[in-house]
Amino acid sequence: MPVKHLLLAAITITVLALISLLIGGGDLSLAALLSPQEGQYAAQILLISRIPRTLALILAGTAMAVAGTIMQMLTRNRFVEPSTAGTVESASLGLLIVTLFAPEASVIVKMLVAAGFALAGTALFLRILRLVPLRSVLTVPLVGIMLGGIIGAVANFIAYRFDLLQSLNAWTTGDFSGVLRGRYELLWIAFALTLLAYLAADRLTLAGMGRDFATNLGLRYRSVVSFGLVIVAMVTATIVVTVGMLPFLGLVVPNVVSLLMGDNMRRSLPWIAMLGAGLVLVCDIVGRVVYYPYEIPIGTIMGIVGSALFLLLLLKGRERLA
Amino acid sequence: MIEISNIRKAYADTIVVRDVSLQIPRRGITSIIGSNGAGKSTLLSMISRLTPMTAGTVTVDGLDVTKTPSDVLAKRLSILRQDYRIGSRLTVRDLVEFGRYPYSKGRLTAEDRSQADKAIGFLGLEALADRFLDELSGGQRQRAYVAMVLCQDTDYVLFDEPLNNLDMRHAVGMMKLLRQAADNLEKTIVLVLHDINFASCYSDYIVAMRDGVLIRHGSPDEIMTREAIREVYDMDVDIRDIDGRRIAVYYT
Repeated sequence: MPVKHLLLAAITITVLALISLLIGGGDLSLAALLSPQEGQYAAQILLISRIPRTLALILAGTAMAVAGTIMQMLTRNRFVEPSTAGTVESASLGLLIVTLFAPEASVIVKMLVAAGFALAGTALFLRILRLVPLRSVLTVPLVGIMLGGIIGAVANFIAYRFDLLQSLNAWTTGDFSGVLRGRYELLWIAFALTLLAYLAADRLTLAGMGRDFATNLGLRYRSVVSFGLVIVAMVTATIVVTVGMLPFLGLVVPNVVSLLMGDNMRRSLPWIAMLGAGLVLVCDIVGRVVYYPYEIPIGTIMGIVGSALFLLLLLKGRERLA
Repeated sequence: MIEISNIRKAYADTIVVRDVSLQIPRRGITSIIGSNGAGKSTLLSMISRLTPMTAGTVTVDGLDVTKTPSDVLAKRLSILRQDYRIGSRLTVRDLVEFGRYPYSKGRLTAEDRSQADKAIGFLGLEALADRFLDELSGGQRQRAYVAMVLCQDTDYVLFDEPLNNLDMRHAVGMMKLLRQAADNLEKTIVLVLHDINFASCYSDYIVAMRDGVLIRHGSPDEIMTREAIREVYDMDVDIRDIDGRRIAVYYT
């Protein structure tokens, strides 16, 4: 698709971002910003709350959609994303454990521990996939959801015992209402990782064609898979630590883009990133407007919008999803 | 030259390929025949380093396939397996251009693009170039894969049952095309074939396997005999000379 369309999408994202900047409990209009009395207050809201929140939305949306795409390439299955592969649950478990044993650890350390767990959990998922005879494309996400269920149950049990259920819930349900300056910057790491994924787009696309195919073309398949897994694990961990899981995003966005323009990631990744950011922005704006001045967490909105879109994809593009 | 010495593939309690040694000369078409489960595909797969061998060595122009870096080998030898199930939605052009990956690593040069165009033209896929693979028929897709492998432009090209999915007309077209690639582009082509008559009409050299063992090899005239075919397939087949070609009449 031509550059013109990409530009148009970028403008749409910018408009959505502006809307996101202007919505919220406090009054923040252009007039307020410019008025001498309220100006300073308004500027503070903008700098401490609104800009961080909007940036967090864009960064998280982009990263999550790209992480989903990578998962689908590596497993060669369109129904896989971090929340259907045990990745999210593993990251939460890791976060729970580091919170229990080293509560004073810095957020970076916590993120890295969560990423380590996410990596181990996802590697376990891939290992199980190699052992289980896969009769249908649906077996893959089912295995992942079951594995996630088991790991999640362990996490739940521990959290229940140590009175951390609320934290666990916050990690698994995306919510941007608590995003303030100083609490979201980790997401830039996730964004940097997506840029890294873009540099490796050709390799990831090739890996998506299977081991033999990739090997024939001289690709070091194993190292590309490991590279992809590390990116997915780090992105998931970062998002779980900062804003909480965004369900369905990594599933819906890559599938929509794949239907529209195929799977050559060199071409599709910019679109996946933009659609991811756009969808998250829209869902968060809706969550803030519907019940104004109260908020509905984005995880809930995303769950509704995402599952509806996903059902639609299932019914419409069935033969292609195989 | 591909030099295979004493290669063996064993799984837990079965030996699929048993100590095969063979030299495949440069240029021309070599066909591997044999009944199902004779180890043909496994042999091809080991030659192309996709399946690790239990014992033995394979060298391609002196390069040991298990030790040579994969991206170096990818410029010498390519393989098209029969069971590719590419789930990715790629256009035919995307796929064919990926054939240049060993050279370009994703940054296509003008030279890469013209090679891709040539391969697409060679297989008559111009009209389908911008279609997605999942919108093509089985035969069209098969041709797209072959175009990709030719675009990879290696001296040695291995095909596992390239006639799969192809109807009579396209099967003949494919064999003629491979013959052309061997004669005009000076490729060395190794095929696994099920239809021995295609092997007879288009190969320079036929290799016959049975139960993991290489039992015969030679020119089509040497292999297309009643005795040899009985030995390979356990089947009594009438071999006729039709217009100077040896044809097995095995349908009844």
